[in-house]
Amino acid sequence: MGKIEWAMWANEQALASGLIYLTGGIVGVAGQLKGWEYAAFGIAAGVFVCLLEYPRSKRAKGTNYERTGQYCFTVCVKAFGPLTSNYYVRAFLHAALCVPGGFMLATVLGCVCLGMASLIYLSAAIHGEHWQPIMPKSEPAKSVTQSIKHPPQNPPPRPPAEMRRKRAEDLESAAYVNPLPVTANE
Amino acid sequence: MGNWIVNHGLDTFILVVWMGINIFLFVHFYLFYDLGPQFFYTRQLLGSALAWARAPAAVLNFNCMLILLPVCRNLLSLIRGSFVCCGRTMRKQLDKNLSFHKLVAYMIALMTAVHTVAHLLNVEWFINSRHGRYGFLAGNLSALEDDEDDHETFLNPVQSDSTTPTIFAFTTIAGLTGVVITLALILIITSSMEVIRRSYFEVFWYTHHLFIVFFAGLVFHGYGRIVRSQVTTDPPHNTTFCKDQPENWGKIPECPIPQFAGGFPQTWMWVIGPMVIYLCERLLRFVRYLQTVRYKKIVMHPSKVLELQLLKSGFKMDVGQYVFLNCPEISELEWHPFTMTSAPEEDFFTVHIRSAGDWTDRLIKMCWGPYYGIEKMGVDGPFGTASEDVFDYEVSMLVGAGIGVTPFASILKSIWYKFKDSNPKLRTRKIYFYWLCRETHAFEWFADLLQVLEKEMEERGMRDFLIYKLYLTGWDHTHAAQVMVNFDKDTDVITGLKQKTHYGRPNWDKEFEQVRHENPSVVLLMIKNLVSNYVYVTS
Repeated sequence: MGKIEWAMWANEQALASGLIYLTGGIVGVAGQLKGWEYAAFGIAAGVFVCLLEYPRSKRAKGTNYERTGQYCFTVCVKAFGPLTSNYYVRAFLHAALCVPGGFMLATVLGCVCLGMASLIYLSAAIHGEHWQPIMPKSEPAKSVTQSIKHPPQNPPPRPPAEMRRKRAEDLESAAYVNPLPVTANE
Repeated sequence: MGNWIVNHGLDTFILVVWMGINIFLFVHFYLFYDLGPQFFYTRQLLGSALAWARAPAAVLNFNCMLILLPVCRNLLSLIRGSFVCCGRTMRKQLDKNLSFHKLVAYMIALMTAVHTVAHLLNVEWFINSRHGRYGFLAGNLSALEDDEDDHETFLNPVQSDSTTPTIFAFTTIAGLTGVVITLALILIITSSMEVIRRSYFEVFWYTHHLFIVFFAGLVFHGYGRIVRSQVTTDPPHNTTFCKDQPENWGKIPECPIPQFAGGFPQTWMWVIGPMVIYLCERLLRFVRYLQTVRYKKIVMHPSKVLELQLLKSGFKMDVGQYVFLNCPEISELEWHPFTMTSAPEEDFFTVHIRSAGDWTDRLIKMCWGPYYGIEKMGVDGPFGTASEDVFDYEVSMLVGAGIGVTPFASILKSIWYKFKDSNPKLRTRKIYFYWLCRETHAFEWFADLLQVLEKEMEERGMRDFLIYKLYLTGWDHTHAAQVMVNFDKDTDVITGLKQKTHYGRPNWDKEFEQVRHENPSVVLLMIKNLVSNYVYVTS
C-alpha cells in the first residue's frame, strides 16, 4: 500500500493493448482489409506483448497477486535478464511495436493503447522501478525450536524399582492403584 | 430452496430483466437494419455489417444510460428511504449498486468491441464500393452526391476516391469521437482492475473521471449522421424494380433518383437524464462538504487506529450504516468510506479509522503529530441499508470477520442502549456473536468495547445476554505456547476478556447445533465477511 508503482498499471494497460492489437490484426487479416500486412504484424506483435506482459512483477511493497498459471511465463521472461527487467527497454520496445499499427485503421486503437502503456512504463522507469520475478516460496524446513513442547530426553528421576513396587503390607503408601487385589508373593 | 429464493431471488430477477432488455434491443435493432426496406441500398454496400454495428449501438445506448445511476449514492439513499415500507429485500438490493455498475461496464466493453469491429469493416466496404469493387449497383450508389441542382443526396459517406479508412476515421465526427471515447474507455477499464483499485485507489479514481470525456464524445458521436436511410420520394422509387437498372435512374418515371437522409442522433436522449441526475449528485456532495462538521473527541487507539467523534447538525444515522469522509488538507477530491461505530442513540457519530493507505496514513499522522487536529472535514451520508432487523428477533447469531466486525460495534452498542432504556422495539433476548480474524492487531478497540459490555452485563446479572466467541485464525506455535502457560487464568491472555479465545475457524455445524439446542425457536443469521458483503440466511 502506499506509493504508486506505475509498472502495475502499465502492465494492465500493456496486456489490454496486446489483446486489442491482436483483435484488430485478426479483423484486418480475416476481412482482407487494405493494408492487411500491417494487421498481420499486429497479430504477431499483439501475441508477443501478451506473452511478455502476462507474468506480473513482484511488488516492492505489498502482497503479490499472480495471474493464473503465470509461473512458466515468469521463467521465460526472467531468462532475458535486463532486456525484460529494465522498464526503459520495455517502454522503447512498446513504442517501437506500436508504430506499424498506426498505418491501418483496424490496428490504430492497438497502436494508441500500446503507446499509452509505453508512456506509463517510461514513468515507471523514471521512478526507478524494475521487473522482478515472483518465484514460489520454498517451504522452510520446520526447525525443531527449543520450546517447552520439546519432549524430555531422560525419564524423570524415580526411586529404584524395589521401592516403587506395591508392597502387600503397605498398600496406602503406594503410588498407584491396582485393578486386581495385591497379594504377597507365595 | 426457499432460502435460495429469499437470498438470491431479487438478484436473479433483476439480472434476467436486464439481460432480457439487452437481448431484445440487440435482436430488434439487428432485424430493423437487416430487413428494413429503407436500408436496402445501404445493405448493398455493407451487407450485414450495418446491422452488426447498429445492434450493439442500441445496447450501448441503454447501458450508458444505466451506468451512471448506481453510483448516485444520494439518489439511492433517497430511494431506500422511500422503500422503508416495502421490505428489506428491496432495500438491500440497492447495496449491490457497485456490482451492477461493474456488470453494466462489462456489457459496454463487450458491445464497444462488436460495434468497433463492425464499423472497421463498414468503412473498408464503403471505400471499396466507391472504387467500384462491389459491382455496378454499389458503384452507382456510391457515386451519388449531395447536389441541390440534380436533386441528389448521398448514400455513401465516403465521397473522395483517394481517402483511406484511417483518414476517414480521423476526419469524421463519428470516427474521431469513436477513437477518443474508446481509448478513454480502455484507460478507465485498465485502471479499474481490482489489483490497481485496491492498491492505488487514487490512480483508479482520477482516471475514472475520463468518463466525462466518454460521455461528451458519446453524445456527439452520431452528430455527423453518416448512417443513411432511404426516404420516400414522390413518385416513389421501387427498389425491387429499379435495383437492376441504376443507369435509368432519373430517366424513367418508375425510378426517380433515390433520396437518402441521415439518422437523427438519438444517444443524447438516452443519457441526458442520468447525466443530469449525476450532476445533481456531485452538487449535493459539494453542498454536504460545505456543511460544518465539529469534533467532539479525537482518540488514538493502539495499532494506529484513530477514532473520530464528530457532530453534524441534522445528521441522523441507523445501525450498520457508513459515511464518506473528505479532508481537503489531504486531498480536495477524495472521499473515503468508513462504517460508523457509534449507536444512533448517541448524539454524535463515530468512525474508527485504521491505517490502510496513503490517505488514512496522512490523517493519522495529522492527528498524532504536534499539530493536533484537522481544520476541515467533509461528511457525506449516511449510506447503506441499516441492520435494524437484528432487533426484531429474540435470538441472533452475528458473525463478523476481519474488517467486517466494525458495524457490529454500532449494533452491539445500540442493542445495549435499547436494553437499558427498555426500548419496546428491542425483542432480542440473547445474542451469539462470532468474531473471526487473523489477528486482533488493530481491533483492540473492539475488544475494549466487548470488555465494557461484559462488565455492564455482569453488574446487571445478565451474563447470558451476550455470548461472544473470538476465533483467531492466524495463530502459530508461540500463541499456543502462551495459551498453555496461562491456561488457568480467569481472563483470556490475548484479549483480556472473560470468554476464552478459540483458535482456527469455527465448526459451524457444531455451533448451529449448540444454538439450536439452547434456543428451539427461529434464528436470524447475519454474516459479514472480509470485504463487507452481506450474506443473509434465515433458518
